[in-house]
Amino acid sequence: MAGLDELNVKEGVEEETVEAVKSLAGTYKYGWETEIEMEYAPKGVNPDIVRLISEKNDEPEWMTEWRLEAFARWEKLDEPSWALLNYPEIDFQDQYYYARPKSMEEKPKSLDEVDPKLLATYEKLGIPLKEQMILAGVEGAEDMPAEGRKVAVDAVFDSVSVGTTFQSELKKAGVIFCSISEAIKEHPELVKKYLGSVVPVSDNYYATLNSAVFSDGSFVYIPPNTRCPMELSTYFRINAENTGQFERTLIIADKGSYVSYLEGCTAPQRDTAQLHAAVVEIIVEEDAEVKYSTVQNWFPGDENGKGGIYNFVTKRADCRGDRSKVMWTQVETGSAVTWKYPSCILRGAESQGEFYSIAITNNYQQADTGTKMVHLGRDTKSRIVSKGISAGKAQNTYRGLVSMHPKAKNSRNYTQCDSLLIGDKCGAHTVPYIEVKNNSSRVEHEATTSKVDEEQMFYCRQRGMDEEEAVALIVNGFAKEVLQALPMEFAMEAQQLVAISLEGSVG
Amino acid sequence: MLKINNLHVKLEEEDKQILKGVDLEVPAGKVHAIMGPNGSGKSTLSYVLSGRDGYEVTEGDATLDGEELLDMEPEERAAAGLFLAFQYPVEIPGVGNMTFLRTAVNAQRKARGEEEMSAADFLKFIRAKAKDLKIDADMLKRPVNVGFSGGEKKRNEILQMAMLEPKMCILDETDSGLDVDAMKLVSEGVNALRDEGRSFLVITHYQRLLDHIKPDVVHIMAAGRIVKSGGPELALEVEHNGYADILAEIDA
Repeated sequence: MAGLDELNVKEGVEEETVEAVKSLAGTYKYGWETEIEMEYAPKGVNPDIVRLISEKNDEPEWMTEWRLEAFARWEKLDEPSWALLNYPEIDFQDQYYYARPKSMEEKPKSLDEVDPKLLATYEKLGIPLKEQMILAGVEGAEDMPAEGRKVAVDAVFDSVSVGTTFQSELKKAGVIFCSISEAIKEHPELVKKYLGSVVPVSDNYYATLNSAVFSDGSFVYIPPNTRCPMELSTYFRINAENTGQFERTLIIADKGSYVSYLEGCTAPQRDTAQLHAAVVEIIVEEDAEVKYSTVQNWFPGDENGKGGIYNFVTKRADCRGDRSKVMWTQVETGSAVTWKYPSCILRGAESQGEFYSIAITNNYQQADTGTKMVHLGRDTKSRIVSKGISAGKAQNTYRGLVSMHPKAKNSRNYTQCDSLLIGDKCGAHTVPYIEVKNNSSRVEHEATTSKVDEEQMFYCRQRGMDEEEAVALIVNGFAKEVLQALPMEFAMEAQQLVAISLEGSVG
Repeated sequence: MLKINNLHVKLEEEDKQILKGVDLEVPAGKVHAIMGPNGSGKSTLSYVLSGRDGYEVTEGDATLDGEELLDMEPEERAAAGLFLAFQYPVEIPGVGNMTFLRTAVNAQRKARGEEEMSAADFLKFIRAKAKDLKIDADMLKRPVNVGFSGGEKKRNEILQMAMLEPKMCILDETDSGLDVDAMKLVSEGVNALRDEGRSFLVITHYQRLLDHIKPDVVHIMAAGRIVKSGGPELALEVEHNGYADILAEIDA
């Protein structure tokens, strides 16, 4: 019975999404802001702010030290400039590094205690915080079989996690899914062992900053030989103005386990650019498999390039164990600037990495995105399918590295990189780096660039579609291989997003 | 139904006049055929009526049930009931044939202020229509026209026509590239759609298509104008004697 209710929730969500697509003309769907009293730390970043963030999260001493060390490193680093991105200099001291809804001062013990306005915000975003249903006393909801479309959600609002659903059911399976701030307190041995082990504190400018000031994020641990009974999902939302969001995600898939993880992002529409610098670390042990899917829809800025999110993200998976497997799927439609290269370290023998990406840029958006496949172990395999779509005056770059180390004997990579241009004022760029240091491995790279064809457009319109429907249909076809790699409910949302993102790109 | 008055059309990019005063009227329920030598402007006429870019109307007009066609966007003409079966149907990689058709059907319904067709109704509808045209389930799932044979592409055009239920169907050399069996199948599909509320304009080089789709009126087009009109026997005359005699007769 509860299962049926869930399906209803799902249907409602889709309808709302579909409605929104229809009713909005070239506007950003998630552009409203929630009026909630916020508590801010003072603007800027220094060791005191770092300490304050740590203190607010009630962290143990070792964590505070870890952050301070990261901060000391960050101060010595320079912002990288190698990407094909052009944006005004970011004043890192003119940002808030910590903001949280006032009602969260005392952490809620259940969703009941969460500010209803927060929950309303997530509801508006189409996120079913379904634990409400369980808390509301739906009989037997806890014992529901783990099939169907159940998704456990961790929701992060500005800097703070506001609620994780289905925790008790996950616990039964031995799965830990909570906010990272909670994990630091409750599971310090796991956090200590794995945090920074894939993306070291010294990794890069933004990751180092994140290490110092991350305020929250999600933590996942899947015990050995466990198939996570449902999909896990984190929804990130930036609400407060001039506030950077620095979330940290740590996923550990122990031997022989499996998990599918979804990440969604939105932000309100604002004139000023906002900073987002996240770090995601994934550890995949022997015979384990992780699927990580992202639909990134941060505010892209308006049609004149004003405002939007600057998105600098470091995502990396370490396939430590033999026969381990990781699959990144991303749909990047938002952000004014995207700098993001979800990568795979293929350390274990016969480990596999896959990267499926759709990056859509319209108006003045810029994306420099791709992946790194680092083959260290023997018989490792990787596959890259990248679909870049550029419209308006946008610039879209695929940047990828495939590296076969001397010990990565008999390894294989296949890369397919397709770019689609809409109009004649946008750009598509492909920058593949290939390093092969043994003679038994094989690397294949295919790349195409095409334009949305006039004939195709006319054909669609003659059958009754308007220009925007036609473009959305053609682009969805172009990106199909990637959309198919997404979990069902994300695929639906992603298809609608393609339509929204490209509004105003033709005619 | 369709009325074309003194239509003059030139290419947008160059100063080349293609249509030089076309007059044509296709009443409801009738099938008119247009024949003519290469370069006479037959395909241009179909493109201009359906609203393809690249042409400039310099004089004259065209109406569909009294509505001025040439002011409308291509999708508005489609929603008003105009359908063009393409001579070269276009491939759309990655888009399933069924998805394409459902999007088209619902786009037209929406434009006319009608309810969208539910997934279940649509499936029932398309399966019935596909069966008549010997289109199997596999072909419905494949990407639009990608890897289709010539015959499959043309059958697919007729399937779309059957699904969209237009008032005015223009068939642009639908017989080109078809073998005898495929032509028969396509013609049967077209004949099944003939009814008193629906008109056809069949553009073809050859009389043989008109053996299967029997026209009420045959027009001969040459140098951008309709130069002669008559009954089905006119098509036979062309078949036997070519266009030379007719053109000479007009010049004289």
